[in-house]
Amino acid sequence: MEWLPAVENFRQALQSAGSAGSPQAKLGELAHLARHRLGFIETLQLDRALAGVGTAKADGFTSLRVALVGSATLNQLEPGIRVAGLRHRLLFEVKTGSYGQYRQEILSASSFLREFTPDIVLLSLTASDVLGSVPLTASAAEVDAVVTKSVGDLQPLWRAIRENSGAAVIQQTFPELGPFIFGSFDRTIPGSPLRLVACLNERLAETARDDNVPLLDLATQIHRDGIDAWFDARHWLHAKQEIKPEAAPLFGELFARVVAAQRGASRKCLVLDLDNTLWGGVIGDDGIDGIVLGQGSAVGEAHLALQRYAKQQKERGIILAVCSKNDPAVAERAFREHPEMLLKRSDISAFAANWEDKAANLARIAKELNIGVDSLVFVDDNPIERARIRQALPAVAVPELPKDPAYYARVLADAGYFEAVSFTPEDRERTELIARDAERSAFLSVSQSMDDFLRGLEMAVVHGPVAKGDLARVTQLINKTNQFNTTTRRYTLDEIAGKAASPDCLALQFRLLDRYGDNGLVSTVILNRAPEPQALEIESWVMSCRVFGRELEFEAMNIVVEAARHHGAGALVADYIPTTKNAIIKGLYQEIGFAPVDPAGAEDGRSRWQLDLAAYAGRKTHIARREAPR
Amino acid sequence: MTPETVLGELAGILGDTLGNDSIKLARSTVRSDIHDWDSFNYILFMVAVEKKFAIKFTVSDIEEFPNVGAIVDKIIDLTG
Repeated sequence: MEWLPAVENFRQALQSAGSAGSPQAKLGELAHLARHRLGFIETLQLDRALAGVGTAKADGFTSLRVALVGSATLNQLEPGIRVAGLRHRLLFEVKTGSYGQYRQEILSASSFLREFTPDIVLLSLTASDVLGSVPLTASAAEVDAVVTKSVGDLQPLWRAIRENSGAAVIQQTFPELGPFIFGSFDRTIPGSPLRLVACLNERLAETARDDNVPLLDLATQIHRDGIDAWFDARHWLHAKQEIKPEAAPLFGELFARVVAAQRGASRKCLVLDLDNTLWGGVIGDDGIDGIVLGQGSAVGEAHLALQRYAKQQKERGIILAVCSKNDPAVAERAFREHPEMLLKRSDISAFAANWEDKAANLARIAKELNIGVDSLVFVDDNPIERARIRQALPAVAVPELPKDPAYYARVLADAGYFEAVSFTPEDRERTELIARDAERSAFLSVSQSMDDFLRGLEMAVVHGPVAKGDLARVTQLINKTNQFNTTTRRYTLDEIAGKAASPDCLALQFRLLDRYGDNGLVSTVILNRAPEPQALEIESWVMSCRVFGRELEFEAMNIVVEAARHHGAGALVADYIPTTKNAIIKGLYQEIGFAPVDPAGAEDGRSRWQLDLAAYAGRKTHIARREAPR
Repeated sequence: MTPETVLGELAGILGDTLGNDSIKLARSTVRSDIHDWDSFNYILFMVAVEKKFAIKFTVSDIEEFPNVGAIVDKIIDLTG
C-alpha cells in the first residue's frame, strides 16, 4: 500500500496511542496510525489495540456488523478488515461463518447470521465450490450452461441474506488461479480452468450489476499484483486459506472502500499541484516552453499519464481542482496555451495558484465547491507540502508519491480514493453542472434583486415517485448529502427500493431545470407511516447544496403536502437531527410552517415538528411544475 | 546466528503475534505450553518468521515441527 506514508517507530506510536486518555482519543490515535503503511504483523498488533477500545459507538465513526461467509477459511482476513475500516472511520465488528457452511448459514433459520444480524455480508466463495467439476472437453454451450446455473444459484442466496437479515451483500469475484493446462492455448478452450473461472466472473459481474450487488473484485486485483501476492499453495493445503494471511491488510482495504463507497464516503475531488506534478519543471523559472510535458520525453509522458488519469476521473464525475504555489497568470496560461496539456482550464472547477499556504487554499477550494475537506485528495510531489497538509488538515487524503513520476498515476489509481458503487448521469455531467453554477452566480450578481434573479432563472421542478431508474442516483444523493439532510439516515439501494415499493411509504424525487440547463436529480423525500395517527413522517429529506437558495425546498414541500393528502394523511411529522454539518437547515421546518411538538426540544438538540395539512396553504415560489414522465 | 539468538527472535515474533510481551521460549517448548498459541496463530507466526528471516518453510515443515527447537534448527539450516 505504497500510497500510505511509512510510520517511523510503530511500536512507540502504538504505545502512545494506547496511553491516550479517553476511548475516543485512543480511537482517533489508532485511526491515525491505521492511515500509515503497515505490514501484516503490525496490522495484527493494531487490531489487538483496537479490540481493547471496542467497537461501540464513537463520534466521527460508523459502527457496522460484518459477516464473512464463504467456502474457504476466512478468519485470517478479520484483522485486516477491522484495521482498514478504522482507516475509513468505520468500526467493523466482524464475525466469520463456519468453514464450508455458507449455504446452510444463509438459508437455515437458526444460523449465526440470524443471531448476529449483520449490516453487511461478504460472500467469498471458491470457484470450484460454485462450479463443481467441469471436464476440459466441455463445449462452449456446456460451459455457458454451467456458468449460468452457478451464478443463478447465487441469486437466491443474495435474496435470502437481504430478506432474512436486511443486510447489504457484497460479493467477492473468484480468483483466477489456473493452472495452465496447455499454456497460452488455454484461452481458446472453454473448459480450461482459467477460461472457466474467467467466464464465471464475467457472468457474475453482469448478474451482480442487474441485482445491484456490489462486487469486491479480487480477481482483478490479483491480475494487478500477481497470484503469488495473494495465494500460497501451502496455506491452502494446510489451512484451506484461499487468501494468504499477508494479503489480509490489502483485502481489508478493498472491502472497506466498497463499504465506504456504499455509504457515500468516497472522495469527490482531486486537487493537483502543478510544478513537477502535472508537468516536469518549474513554470515560473523555466517558462511555458521550458516545462517538460508530453511526447518526445519519457518524463514528459509520465506527467501526461497523470493528466490522463485525472481527465478520466473527471469524465466519471470526480471534480478537479488545482492548488499550486505559482503566479496565477503564468499557471493559467499553461492550461490555455501549452499544446501538450491534456487537461484544459475548463476541466478544472477550482483554481488556486498563489503564494499562500496550501492548507488555507485547500480549505478555500472545499468551501468554493461546497464540499467537505474530507472529500479532497491532494496530490503533490513535494514531501514537505504533503506533511504540512497531513498535519494541518488530517481529513484530506494525501497520497505518498514515489520519487519517480513514472509511477504517479499508478500509485494514485492503486490508492482507490474514488471507489464507487454507481455511475449516474449526474456523475457524467458534474463538471458541466458546476460550470453552469458559475454562470448562475454571475447572473445573480447582475440581478437587481433576489426576486429578479429567481424569476429570471425560469425554473421548473420535475417531480414524481422514485422510479426504478432513479434508485442509483437517489441512493447516492441520500448517502453523500451532509448539509441539507434532515436526519442524516443512510440507506442502501435495496432499502430505498423497498421504501419506493411499500404502500406505507412515499419516496419522491425532484429535478430542477432552469434557463442554464438541467441541475439533475437534486432532492428526495422519504415519507413513512408515523406513530402519530393519520400522519406521515418525513424520515429523510435531502437536497443537493448546489441548489440552495432557489426556493426548491418550499416548492418540494408544496408537492409533498399534496402527495401526503392524496395518501390520506392529515398531518406531517418530521425530525431534525443535528450533526456537525447540517446546521444550515436548523430552522427549515419552522420556516415552512411546522410547529414544534415539544417546544423545549430534546437534550441532544433533536427536535420534532408537526404540520397540520388542513391548515397548510402552500407557499408561492418562482418554480413551475412538471410531472416526471412515467 | 547462534541458536540462542534465533530463539530470542522467535520469542519476540511470537510475542508480537499473540500480543504478549512476556513469552519465554526453550527448545523443548511446544504449542500447548503457550497460552493462545492455536493453529490459527501458528500460521500467522510461521508467516512472520518467514518474513523476518527471509526464508520459506515447506508445507511439511509447517505441518511437522515437533517443537520450537526444530524451528530453530530449520532456520539455521535455511539461513546458514
